Amino acid sequence: MSDASLHASETGTGDAGFRDYFALLKPRVMSLVVFTALVGLLAAPGSVHPIVGFAAILFIAVGGGASGALNMWWDADIDRIMKRTQGRPIPMGKITEGEAYAFGIALAGFSVVMLGLATNLFAGALLAFTIFFYVVVYSMWLKRSTPQNIVIGGAAGAFPPMIGWAAVTGDVSLESILMFALIFMWTPPHFWALALFMKSDYHKADVPMLTVTHGRRATRTHILVYTVLLAPLAIGIGFTSIGGPFYLAVAVVLNALFLKGAWDIWRRDEAVAEADSYRIEKKVFRLSLIYLFAHFAAIWAQTMLNEAGLGGWG
Amino acid sequence: MSFREPHELHKRRFSRNLGLGLVLAGFVALVFGLTIAKVSDDDFSVPAEVGGAQ
Repeated sequence: MSDASLHASETGTGDAGFRDYFALLKPRVMSLVVFTALVGLLAAPGSVHPIVGFAAILFIAVGGGASGALNMWWDADIDRIMKRTQGRPIPMGKITEGEAYAFGIALAGFSVVMLGLATNLFAGALLAFTIFFYVVVYSMWLKRSTPQNIVIGGAAGAFPPMIGWAAVTGDVSLESILMFALIFMWTPPHFWALALFMKSDYHKADVPMLTVTHGRRATRTHILVYTVLLAPLAIGIGFTSIGGPFYLAVAVVLNALFLKGAWDIWRRDEAVAEADSYRIEKKVFRLSLIYLFAHFAAIWAQTMLNEAGLGGWG
Repeated sequence: MSFREPHELHKRRFSRNLGLGLVLAGFVALVFGLTIAKVSDDDFSVPAEVGGAQ
């Protein structure tokens, strides 16, 4: 048996290219990880050498990518069933489950060790915990067992700004916990707005999503409740050391818009929503993306203003 | 001496190998940069036992 035929028998095609391995890292999720971690790093008191900062963001991104690869390894069976995920490298037969597992484990170990060496051990440990949380707590345990899966699992996506902050300070503080809480509380309304208009085949894959287990009326109520809880948290950040008048103004406007959107979603029923092809739900989902990006961009801008002596709380 | 036609396998895997090569080269450059950043930091000091052995 030649090398080529041996390899082909293991992978199905033996033609996995660089981009297939890159796709295993879930690049779109990684972009959120990079941006929020960067803001956490820049907003933290103190400073690091630019190369150390670059390395920190890179290794946090690689750690996030490793989580994505391990998630694809574990969920390969349901990814083959759901239309949305059938184009991923494992269902496509480009990469085997074993290869994805090895790739994910290797990158996870590499990113944790390198982040610990480049910055500090606490940041490395926090990244290790994030990967553990996403892969074991969310993917292996919660995702298929409870409709609250994305609520608790959302914590994994909320850690990056805390890791960025820890890369500079070596610890956790109120501000980094608030940045974590902002993403944690934002994830459920963001995801459930999507779940309302994406007629997904989660039920075929036996994944308990709130829209299926508790109905769409309950999902609308959940969106409103989480948005109401999110608003004071997001605005409250404005009164901490990473906030200021500029951030506060952005947060007040965005939360007013988000609350209005959640209220509109709650007031509607399925018949009305279907009649206009989920126009409001789609609008709120798009707004939720802008909401998170703008909050972190405002923290970044406020940090720069504070450093320049313009517009902080003094 | 003549150059042989690249094997079909190598042609297929060229993008993967090129990508991996570039990633490794980037990693080497990053570790070099990190080393320079760390040793030029004001807080950097040679560990006592290494200094004592000299």
